[in-house]
Amino acid sequence: MNPAIQIQQVYKRFGTVQALCGIDLQVEQGEFFGLLGPNGAGKTTLINILAGLARADSGSVRVLGHDVVTEYRESRRALGVVPQELVFDPFFSVRETLRIQSGYFGLKRNDAWIDEVMHHLDLTGKADANMRSLSGGMKRRVLVAQALVHKPPVIVLDEPTAGVDVELRQGLWEFVRGLNRDGHTIVLTTHYLEEAEALCARIAMLKQGRVVALDTTSNLMNRRDSLYLRLRLSGAALPAALAERVRDSHDATHTLRVRSYAEVEGVLAQVREAGAQIEELELLQPDLEDVFVQIMKDAKG
Amino acid sequence: MSGFGTLLYKELLRFWKVAFQTVAAPVLTTLLYLLIFSHVMQGRAPVYGEVPYAAFLVPGLVMMAVLQNAFANSSSSLIQSKVTGNIIFVLLPPLSSWDFFAAYVLASVVRGMAVGAGVLLVSLAFVTLSFEHPLWIIAFALTGSAILGTLGLVAGIWAEKFDQVAAFQSFLIMPLTFLSGVFYSIHSLPAFWQGLSRFNPFFYMIDGFRYGFFGVSDINPALSLAIALANLLVFAAATLALLKRGYKLRH
Repeated sequence: MNPAIQIQQVYKRFGTVQALCGIDLQVEQGEFFGLLGPNGAGKTTLINILAGLARADSGSVRVLGHDVVTEYRESRRALGVVPQELVFDPFFSVRETLRIQSGYFGLKRNDAWIDEVMHHLDLTGKADANMRSLSGGMKRRVLVAQALVHKPPVIVLDEPTAGVDVELRQGLWEFVRGLNRDGHTIVLTTHYLEEAEALCARIAMLKQGRVVALDTTSNLMNRRDSLYLRLRLSGAALPAALAERVRDSHDATHTLRVRSYAEVEGVLAQVREAGAQIEELELLQPDLEDVFVQIMKDAKG
Repeated sequence: MSGFGTLLYKELLRFWKVAFQTVAAPVLTTLLYLLIFSHVMQGRAPVYGEVPYAAFLVPGLVMMAVLQNAFANSSSSLIQSKVTGNIIFVLLPPLSSWDFFAAYVLASVVRGMAVGAGVLLVSLAFVTLSFEHPLWIIAFALTGSAILGTLGLVAGIWAEKFDQVAAFQSFLIMPLTFLSGVFYSIHSLPAFWQGLSRFNPFFYMIDGFRYGFFGVSDINPALSLAIALANLLVFAAATLALLKRGYKLRH
């Protein structure tokens, strides 16, 4: 079985900026895969190359085994992309937009599927409204619908929930989860790490055009050794010796990084010796954000 | 419908939905040229022996409208899509460079012909014209609008902002059309300018087009058509090469 996406040694330079420096990634069919990284990490560039919106300087990219340059017809038929930017064509209504998009893929009489997609995305009531008149959230749904008109087996969502209200976000994720259950491969980039944590089974983290972490979400969560100890103190300040453990401090509440449960006792002893009383104590499991921050820090330079 | 058919349909729908601006407005502008120039030039010596100036002027203005609107259609459609970002809707599907090229250029041809026909029909209310060789008229209108549709595509691909398309239009397309013999026969020009006009590809399009009406021209129409077709071939090949490379569109 061909991998859904196969990226091998992809390099891309824009002027003096090396946007991608030898990316290797493979996403299997049926996966829910997350692509994370700070702004400028190269996520969108990588997606653009995958979608044929940009060309790699070297390396190869395949969708379901089809090279995106030499077999672009097959690879683009296999791929649906929801772009990051909220773009639309102001000349057309929602239904016209979706019919035209179907037509670009050579699909005739696609109305039954268009109606179904519109229904799932709550667009039926707006079918004949001009694109210009829609709210941002509605336009985002139309972009999702456009990416699905040709029933692509592989779906890429490039930060689809940026600036979208909570209700739509929930609805959208329910819909995308359903697509994944039906066998579609989903690749998601997002800034909301809790989304990636909740949805993606496997995650790649990009930094400055390199893959700095690639693992299952649960391994990523486990692999980092830190726990967080949150303390609210009174009587004395946090001892200076603990300063290097501090992740954040608000007034007398400090969140400290500890590598293991065994270290907790030592930290508490130091606090006591400094003459501080512990008013509240909480032990926090790392979430993806902590893992992310740490990996980005480790990947420096 | 095929991908090509859909893109053509979308391009036609795009200008048809705003036909007041894309068809009616240029027809009116061109008629203003006709009214003013035929009034100012009244009493000037007839051209080609016995053709009155106003009659001579009409085919020139019709062809100018055809050319300018063919250029405007592909260039403005493409730059709008690029600036607003919705160009990705046509870049994501499996459309070939040829599909892309043919759809944009054909839509430009249709717009150019529609405006040209509008100008011609309304002019007939003011000026009596002959139609000596209608097939030549159609052949030159089609070739000319295809060339300008192609140039519009190049301008749209190359430009990153609206003002760059406007510059392409103002500094290249407008001078070439105005100096191509829309308003005069090049035989009325001094020898130097007559010679220079022969390097202007638009001159052959307008001269040949006019031949279709009066059966008289400055250049043999078969030669003019051959030159126009050769231009079309070269521009089309260059544009297809740009599209295949993904120049500025898939960078």
